[in-house]
Amino acid sequence: MNILETDGERLLVAVRSLLEQKGIVSTAEVMERMAITDAASPGQGARMVARAWVDPGYRALMLEDGAKAAEALGIPMRGMPPLGVLENTADVHNLVVCTLCSCYPRAVLGYPPFWYKSAAFRARAIRDPRELLASEWKTVVPDTVKLRVVDSTADYRWMVLPARPSGTDGWDEVRLAGIVREGDMIGVTVPSV
Amino acid sequence: MFAAGETVRVKDAWPEASGPVHIRTPHYVRGVVGEVVRHLGDFPNPEDLAFARPAERRPLYHVRFRKGAIWPEARPDDELLIEIFGHWLERP
Repeated sequence: MNILETDGERLLVAVRSLLEQKGIVSTAEVMERMAITDAASPGQGARMVARAWVDPGYRALMLEDGAKAAEALGIPMRGMPPLGVLENTADVHNLVVCTLCSCYPRAVLGYPPFWYKSAAFRARAIRDPRELLASEWKTVVPDTVKLRVVDSTADYRWMVLPARPSGTDGWDEVRLAGIVREGDMIGVTVPSV
Repeated sequence: MFAAGETVRVKDAWPEASGPVHIRTPHYVRGVVGEVVRHLGDFPNPEDLAFARPAERRPLYHVRFRKGAIWPEARPDDELLIEIFGHWLERP
């Protein structure tokens, strides 16, 4: 049998049966992991951002240990890489890229957007990030703001805590979470109202 | 071990020239001087892990590089923040 030419569905069933028989991974564990993967979406990261905007204690926890902050909102992090969070301020704007492959904080943002894995995004993000953000996303980082490109090269995963936009005074967490987009947490865009 | 704030240089090494490797140190920072921001923790060495060899835990650092140190035409004060294993760093 050539494993590369075997029907994928049959192969999957065979491997899962073997894993179960050998006591390595149970079907229940596979189902649990599938449910976690399906639940991961930018909406999870947006909940964290909104909480950080209204709760200084949560913001401090998020910047100290992103995984603990995610778990505090019920986002499962077991078996996931450590999560680091970088804050956009009046002085610095963060942009996340993985030049070596496609490392992405999937636990809190879900599947990466298609362009995140492209060679063009990865190359331009480190070489000429200001031009990249301005031409592709109309995100203009002012000259007075330092642009920090975070190359996700190893065991951590990184997300951006964007700055809360003006015009949102008095908004509750749910409404705030509604304006936080995937790109805001990668650093290609900034939230606005 | 390196301390936060310490000046470090990424080794100008190219092990990929002599055989199959799995390296998490990008080409563009080899030989470049930067500054340790913090120790992120210790993780199994990916250079062994990728080949299913016993992988020793090695310190991983967040290292900051001035953009101008890598690309002269860049805005010099912009920066790159990269995870680099301790065995790729040396004191310049």
